[in-house]
Amino acid sequence: MSSGTIRVPGLGGAGGSAGPAGSGSLTIARRRRVADRALWSACALALALVVAPVVWVLVEVVREAVPGWQWSVLWTRSTGAGGGLSNAVVGTFVIMLGVGVLAGGVGLGAGVYLAEIARPSWRTAVLRSASEVLSGVPSIVLGYVGYEALVVGLHWGFSLLAGLIVLSVLVVPYVAKSTELALDQVPLAYREGGEALGMAKTRVLRTVVLRSAVPGIATGIIIALAISVGETAPLIYTAFWSNGYPTGALLHQPVGYLTYATWSFYDDPSTAVRALAFDASLLVVVVVLALIAISRLVVRRAQRYSPERALGAGRRRGGQAGVD
Amino acid sequence: MQGGSFVAGTTGWRSRSRLLGERALAAATAVTAVVPLGALVATVVILVVEALPAIRFNGWHFLVGSAWRPGDYYGEPVRTGGVLHPAGASYGAFPLVIGTIESSAIALVVAFPVAVGAAVLVVEKLPARLAGAIGFCLEVLAGIPSVVFGLWGVLEFGPWLARDVYPILAHLPNIPPFDIFRGNVGHGLGLLSGGLVLACMIVPIIAATTRDLLRQVPGATKEGAVALGMTHAESFRAVQVRWVRTGVLGAVILGLGRALGETIAIALVTGSVLQSATNIYGGMTTIAATIVSLLDSAEGDPTGLAVRTLAEAALVLALLTLVVNIGARLMVRRSARGAALPIGAGF
Repeated sequence: MSSGTIRVPGLGGAGGSAGPAGSGSLTIARRRRVADRALWSACALALALVVAPVVWVLVEVVREAVPGWQWSVLWTRSTGAGGGLSNAVVGTFVIMLGVGVLAGGVGLGAGVYLAEIARPSWRTAVLRSASEVLSGVPSIVLGYVGYEALVVGLHWGFSLLAGLIVLSVLVVPYVAKSTELALDQVPLAYREGGEALGMAKTRVLRTVVLRSAVPGIATGIIIALAISVGETAPLIYTAFWSNGYPTGALLHQPVGYLTYATWSFYDDPSTAVRALAFDASLLVVVVVLALIAISRLVVRRAQRYSPERALGAGRRRGGQAGVD
Repeated sequence: MQGGSFVAGTTGWRSRSRLLGERALAAATAVTAVVPLGALVATVVILVVEALPAIRFNGWHFLVGSAWRPGDYYGEPVRTGGVLHPAGASYGAFPLVIGTIESSAIALVVAFPVAVGAAVLVVEKLPARLAGAIGFCLEVLAGIPSVVFGLWGVLEFGPWLARDVYPILAHLPNIPPFDIFRGNVGHGLGLLSGGLVLACMIVPIIAATTRDLLRQVPGATKEGAVALGMTHAESFRAVQVRWVRTGVLGAVILGLGRALGETIAIALVTGSVLQSATNIYGGMTTIAATIVSLLDSAEGDPTGLAVRTLAEAALVLALLTLVVNIGARLMVRRSARGAALPIGAGF
């Protein structure tokens, strides 16, 4: 099927066909060297453009929030016209916990089913496609549907459960996908080794396969938590906002959370209220950064104990990142 | 259903308890695996049911019209074509649809080369330690909440663009493609600012995926290219590009989906002006931003038409992202059918 020759883009660009021999003339060599340099310079510029907004956003949030920072926002409730953010902090953590349980459990199960249990067929293809399409559905659409179906339709009112369900639907595909991918990357030899020892498949799954896949799975769940901390659109019309602490009631009680404070306070005429918007941004960013740091620690710890390290110890010193 | 075949050839009493455990696991995980499908179907069904009266009332005008008039909430409602609505109500979502597409297109055009270039450098040139630091940066960029991006865009980035960047763009030569930058640059809260903030938000999606795909290119194929005497850039284009392009396409579509549906950042940065942008710097809005800004006031419509019209807008947005996603899947599948292993396939 192959024509036998490999086209090298850029090598013989103007000449059309790139003859394998006789291309050693000086101008071509120079042109190739310049093309090489140009590509890597463009890449370096691109990298700078990726790093710049990260630094800028973080600096901006810190610069706005830190000079006027008062620790009392952490234990003072919001009054709607000032006060603190303690209700939103507690609410954010309650939401995070709820999504971790709900989306973590469902996503893990779905990933295990698709990667390990179901035999590939049109059914798994449909399930996988549905999950992928769902991950592409905008969060505001899910938020709107949650509002119409749960808050209004089922008469739940603005409530914790409505927010949790909408957020979980939003992040389940991420957890499922990362679980499935992590499981897929566990080498067949590990499973064969486990089965050769006479282990039941469920035990191989638990002790060998899942353990090797922990970094990928944990990353997926932590991404899900970071999304649920940072999302605003799906929560505005489901969890809404409350100046009080979460009561533990799943229904009929709105819940406050940090992103709402930023969203609704940022252009308030009162300086004190505007300051809360920045404080909330800083807190959200700190929580997200902490989650990312935790995910990195999990990955590192898991790598330390993974069988891969014993098998491929030399790879870590390979210098080049990635699989060589 | 498939539990039986899931068991390897074991015998005796242990096999029965194994079988039970496996069946239970298979059943429980199967239920969870159906959840995304169920949620998707429920979302579409609820949207369609909610939107039906609005679809009947607004008709095709919804997609081509530009006026967004909720009508008189306090007057006597009128019945047209079986749908009760406030007098004078008329909805056209054309500016929202165009705004959604335009802002996402800008985001994609900017984010794609930047993200791919950065990922290429990270994998091909940077030492592992630095690559790890960049990976951390990408994770942070992906993790920064959209409301924080919005805050940064509306207070810092947008005004900076209007002050220091847009005047330069506006003085580019008046020939295509630069002529789109002509015009009043405004205050930095508009289409281009929104698109650039969106670009920041989708860069990590494309960059991280591209990086991970590039790392999976087998070393032997790269070595083969180098052994042929290619420069690093040439071998990259001959080997890595072919290896990863379908996957990168998938990541780009993922980013496009995120850009199309991004709500909070766009609502903050573009000012949610219910109109099409008059020039590339102009105030505008998107479907998503309109839903979040108008749902509250739409509840004031006693006939419910305003809320149902937002359901129709949400349906249009959902279909837009659906078409993008499915189109991408078909495209990836078609190109994946070619040589999966481009170098060495003929040997």
